Formats: sequence, structure tokens, C-alpha cells
Amino acid sequence: MSPYVFFPLAATIIAFALGVVLNRHPIRSALCLAVTLFLLAVVFVFLDAHLVAALQIIVYAGAILVLFLFVIMLLNLEADVPLKRRRNMTLAASTVGVIFAAATLRPLFFGAGELPGIGLEAPVDAAFGSAEAIGHRLFTHFVLPFEITSVLLLVAVLGAVVLAKKRMG
Amino acid sequence: MIPEISWTILLPTLLVTGTGFAVLLADLATTGPEKDGLGWIGIVGLVVTAIASAALWNTQASGFDGTIVLDRYALFFNVVFCLAAALTLLMSMDYLGTIGLRSGEYYAIVLFATAGMFLMAAANDLIVLFLGLETMSIAAYVLAGIWRPDLRSSEAAMKYFLLGAFATGFLLFGIAMLYGAFGTTTLTTITAEIGPSADLQRTLAFGGVALLIAGFGFKIAAVPFHAWAPDVYEGSPTSVTAFMAAGVKAAAFAAFVRIFMHTFAELAVDWRPVLALLAVVTMTVGNLAALKQTNIKRMLAYSSIAHAGYLLVGMVAADSLGGAAVLYYLLAYGLMNTGAFAVVIALGKRGEPNESLDDYDSVGLRHPALGLCMTVFMLSLAGIPALAGFTGKFYLFSAAVGQGYAWLAIIGVLNSVVSMYYYGGVLMRMFMAEDGKDVQGTTHRPYLTATLIVTTVGTVALGIFPSWAFELALGAFQSLG
Repeated sequence: MSPYVFFPLAATIIAFALGVVLNRHPIRSALCLAVTLFLLAVVFVFLDAHLVAALQIIVYAGAILVLFLFVIMLLNLEADVPLKRRRNMTLAASTVGVIFAAATLRPLFFGAGELPGIGLEAPVDAAFGSAEAIGHRLFTHFVLPFEITSVLLLVAVLGAVVLAKKRMG
Repeated sequence: MIPEISWTILLPTLLVTGTGFAVLLADLATTGPEKDGLGWIGIVGLVVTAIASAALWNTQASGFDGTIVLDRYALFFNVVFCLAAALTLLMSMDYLGTIGLRSGEYYAIVLFATAGMFLMAAANDLIVLFLGLETMSIAAYVLAGIWRPDLRSSEAAMKYFLLGAFATGFLLFGIAMLYGAFGTTTLTTITAEIGPSADLQRTLAFGGVALLIAGFGFKIAAVPFHAWAPDVYEGSPTSVTAFMAAGVKAAAFAAFVRIFMHTFAELAVDWRPVLALLAVVTMTVGNLAALKQTNIKRMLAYSSIAHAGYLLVGMVAADSLGGAAVLYYLLAYGLMNTGAFAVVIALGKRGEPNESLDDYDSVGLRHPALGLCMTVFMLSLAGIPALAGFTGKFYLFSAAVGQGYAWLAIIGVLNSVVSMYYYGGVLMRMFMAEDGKDVQGTTHRPYLTATLIVTTVGTVALGIFPSWAFELALGAFQSLG
């Protein structure tokens, strides 16, 4: 992926991600999230992960975001929600965030030089990122996690029913 | 090629999941008080699973393309989880009726949570670990809020869920960074690549390790990731609280210890100081906060935080003695803590939970047997010799001393002295105070009595004959290779 594409794209994604956190209005946050998720899908396309990109748009930017918007609108939060920000908490959180970001970015400036993959046009297999390749991986190497997921979903459904039904026992 | 289906490796998990399904089906055919019987299905299933796990003790196998293993380590934890879950079900059969919560799903969800724990202990792949953790956690969130008429229960579920989801985010981000560093999520492969890894890989791995510490720190309720614990422990139904302290905590440690003391053993130089610091803060904050609690469940919640600190001391030792000590202590802690919560249940009756410390005044005089049990649990939690808690702490702290962390052991011992004050305070109230309120006791509650007998005998037996259990724990830890 060319650095001329990656860096502007990454900067835009970060800007919109900040918009999700910093916006005081929930609807604006949600819309910023939609753009963030959509642009992430663009990154996936550039990384030849076409199926993941499509799923990202269908599942996240589509279904989940619509759900978010529904909930926000059902809750009828038209007036600005007075979100209290505690100054010392904000300070603590941003300090930890900066330290962590510095630690993560350290190799970019010292030592190791470049982040791997940037500006690198490694030839990928033609089948890479296709539905077939992912399906193959899912049903061979990841067959156990795939099956565990069904138990996990069962527990989630069971839990939702238990917590939502009218009367116990 | 579809990997070979290794039924043996999955056997314990399949047994416990199958029991969960059996309970769900039987739930359809039962009504009212009959539902207490569903607990029996669960207990029988758990006993069978524990026996099967013990029978597989000499197995050392990995399967499903190396994503899951069955070694003594996983099997030891399986038995611990079965014990915690079975005791929870046993006391629930009396407790659920008391609070008017007769629900078959309750038993099934406990069993599914146990299945998730099994997967966490046996996971050799970060994805399997994550899915096991989520299965367990979602079940725990639901259990916390299952007592719907009580608003505190709903509050507990909501807090646990939101903060838990947040912590899961940390864990996943950590897994993603490790995948970025090594291109795999399989622990064995990571272990092989971590030694000769390049600078950049290491930096990414450090990020991953830091985030994993945050994620696991939440699940074990280590300071500063502990804020949820007091509210959740207080609000959840008491049997669920016991399950969280004995089962969920043990499962989180199972995965934590496997990843850090085995997979990341190479990076021990880097994570040891972090965990040592966490241990100090966790022990101290937990014990000091417990001193001023007036609700017994909140007090036990802070005590549970403090115990996470003691367990971290064993991890800091980073050798097989430390690892075995953690395993042994989790078994001991499960027994004595479940017992303490069983006493809390015994004191409550319908509409009157009696969870304030004031309600404990002179209980020991009016119900001597109950008082005796509580004495055993409190002294064991405080670490008085000849009980399981003492031997456990002894193993933990001596492992730390052996690895040159004498200062950490000293802080641990000092903290135990502090804890003596609030554990002793409960006993003082039970035996010295006069004119207490009349509380229920265990009359006509056979399952609760059985729970108390098992936990008391277990706590004393583990304390007097610690070596066989410690040998098993040592064998289990050494099976990590």
C-alpha cells in the first residue's frame, strides 16, 4: 500500500475517530463512526482483503450502525446530553494515552526504521482475501473457534431471553 | 484438509456443555419447586466431568491444528472449575428458593460459563482463549443480573457488562498487536518466535503484553482495574458472587498464568516489575478498603481484590514453584471463599438478606455450627496456620523469596496482618457481641449444610495435608513444558 494513500487515509480515519469521542451530540458521534468504519473498509481494500472490506461495510457500517442510530433515536436524545467531563480523569486518561502512543510509535523514529508493509508492494496470492480462501481457513485451522462461537451465541441468546422475559420461575 | 477431530481433547468441555443442554431440556418438563432438582443434573454432570478429567491426567495432547491442548495444567483447572461450579449449584438449590428465583436457565448458564472456563484453561490459541473468555463473561454478566426484582442486581449486571466489554476491548487490541508482531495467534508458535524476534516485533509484543495485562487485570480484579468488583459482588445474587470469586477469577488466572509464565517466559524480565507493582497496589488497596466496609459482601469483594494481589506475587516469582503455588492457592481460595459466601447465604431469609456486618452480632452463639464454619473460613482467608489459606500464602511468598523478591513477600505478609483485623472483626461480632438479631441459620436447608460441610472439610484438609495437592499443582504447572 503506497504511503501516499496510507498516510492521508490514516489521518482522516483518526480525525473521524476523534470526532466520535469528542462530539457532544450522540447522532454526530454515530455518523462520525460510520465514516470511520467506512474508511477502514477502504484500508482493507487496499490491503487486498476484499471480503473483509465488504463485510466491514455490510456488518459494521451497515447493520450495527443502523442499530446504534435506532437506539439513539428511540431514546429521544434531542437536547444536548450534558456529559460531565471530570478534569482529572481526562488528564489521567490522556497521559496514559500519550505514553502508550509514544511507546507504540517509538520504533518508527528510533531503531527499526520503517513500519512493515508501508510502501511495500509485496505480491499477494491471487486467491488472497477471497471468500474461498477465508472460508477454507475458517473451516480448517479455525474450525474449533468457529464451533465455540455457536456456544457463545447460544449463551448470549439465552441470557437475553432470561433478562428480558417478564416473569421468573 | 479438515483437522482431525480429537474427541479426547474436547471431552471435558463437551461433557459440561452437554450437561448444560440436558438442564435446558429438563427445564421444559419441570415447574415450581421441581426446578431445584435441575441442580442435581448439573452436579452429576460436573462430578462426571471432574472424574473424566482426573482419568485423563496422563494425557498430553494438542489438537485442532494446535489451537487447543489437553495437558495436566488444563485438567487441574478443570477439576477446580468443576468444584467451584458444583458448590455453586449445590448452595443455589436452597438459595434460589429463598430469594424467589426458581429458574432453570440459571443452572444452565452456570454450566455454560464453566464450559467457557475449560476452554480458557486449555486454549493454545489467543482466539480460542478469547472465545472461552467471552462465553464465560457473558454468562457471568447475565448471572449477575438474573435476580430481576432487586435493582442492585440489575445495577451489578450493567456495571459488570459495560466495564467488562471495555476490558475485553483491551484484551482484543492486545491480541491484535501480538498477531501483528508474530503473524499468528497460536501460543506455541509465539513461544518459538519470541526468542529470536527483531526489535520491531518486540515493541509490538510489548504493546500486546501491556494490553493483555490490562484485560486480565480486569477479570482478576487487580487494582487499578478493580472498580467494578465491590458493586458487582454486592449486587449479584450471593451464590453468583461466590461463583465469580471462585470460578471466574480462577479461569482468568488459568489463562493469565499460561500466557505469561509460559508463552512470554522469555519476556519475564520486562513484565515481572509491572506485575510486582500491580501486586503491591492490589494487596494494599484491597486490604485497606476492606477495613472500613459495613456490608459483608462488599468486604469479601475487597478481600477478593487483595487475594488477587497475593496470587500475583506467585506469578512474579515466575518459576515452577510460583506457578504451582498460584494453582494451589486458587483451589484453596475457591473452597474457603465459597464457604464464606455460603455462610452469608445461611444468614439471610426471604426479603431479609442480612448482609450488614451488624447482622452478624452474636450469630456464633446462637448457631454454633455456623459460627464454627465461619471461623474456619475467616481464619483461612486471613492465613492462620493449619488451614488452606496459610499453606497457600506460604507457598506463594516462599516462591517469591526464592526468586529474590523478598521485599514483595514482606509486603504480602504485612498485608495479611492488616487483613487479620477485618476477618477477625467478623468473628468478634459473631462470638463476642450481645443481643444480635435472630437470623435463619441452616435449618431445613440440607443443600446449604452440605456445601458448608464440603468447604469446611476441604479447607481444613488442604491445610493439614497440603503436600498432595501441591504435588498435583506442581505436576500440572510443569506440564506446560
